[in-house]
Amino acid sequence: MISCAEAVRRLWEYIDDVVDASERALIETHLARCRRCCGELEFAHELRRTLTDAAQEDVPDDVLRRLRHTLEELER
Amino acid sequence: MDAVCAAEPHAARVERFRDVAREQLPRLYRIARRIVGDEAEDAVQDCLLKGYQSVDQLRDDTAAPAWLVRILVNCCRDRLRRRARSQEDVELDALEEFSLYRTIAYEDPFPYSDSLHLDFLAEFSVDDVRQVLLRLPEHYRIPVVLVYMHGFLAREVAEMLDAPLGTVLARLHRGRKAFEQQMWRYATEHGLLREGVR
Repeated sequence: MISCAEAVRRLWEYIDDVVDASERALIETHLARCRRCCGELEFAHELRRTLTDAAQEDVPDDVLRRLRHTLEELER
Repeated sequence: MDAVCAAEPHAARVERFRDVAREQLPRLYRIARRIVGDEAEDAVQDCLLKGYQSVDQLRDDTAAPAWLVRILVNCCRDRLRRRARSQEDVELDALEEFSLYRTIAYEDPFPYSDSLHLDFLAEFSVDDVRQVLLRLPEHYRIPVVLVYMHGFLAREVAEMLDAPLGTVLARLHRGRKAFEQQMWRYATEHGLLREGVR
């Protein structure tokens, strides 16, 4: 079984489903037996979501208007 | 006649560029905001100009959005390099050993909480999270923003940055650690850990 440090190091890749099948199996075997790493997994999920949520942002109308104007000014 | 024929494909490419760029403007601005903060609009302006100047390199419409993001990221990097105060000044000590999960458990900032870690995250507004991101050194912040906030694959980011995939993966790992460490520091500095403010 992989160590807690190894499992935790790969948790975000595991969440993002970018680990290969053998790594996934190793992590899941570890998680099935380690309660603390399950807590780390839940926390990593929430931290990941916190980052994704912070990406959403309304672009101010005046900024969009100026950027569109720049585009229109480019040679036709 | 030849001149007219030669001009037509270029004009058509410019028009295609304009269409793609117009559609991508909100995304370009959001990415730039997370990388260069208040200079986002200027960075997108730089990107539009550089994209226009290189429009003849644009062959494949489906690749155009990623091509634009690549140009934008380079414009952002140029702006960061010109800043007087380097973001590298941010102190990141003992990064590899740091764990936000363990730090929260050990420090136990909310002794009466039965969901300590989630309560810690709940203290952060969206604006707080963005401020924490801006504390990260550029070489960590850019991969973190592109992969975790805007859904690019590490492989795509490696192409954008002209860096080996292994380098980008290592920076993502250390970028996550740096983000966690800066979250803790930000919470401490901004009084988010005081029981009374909850």
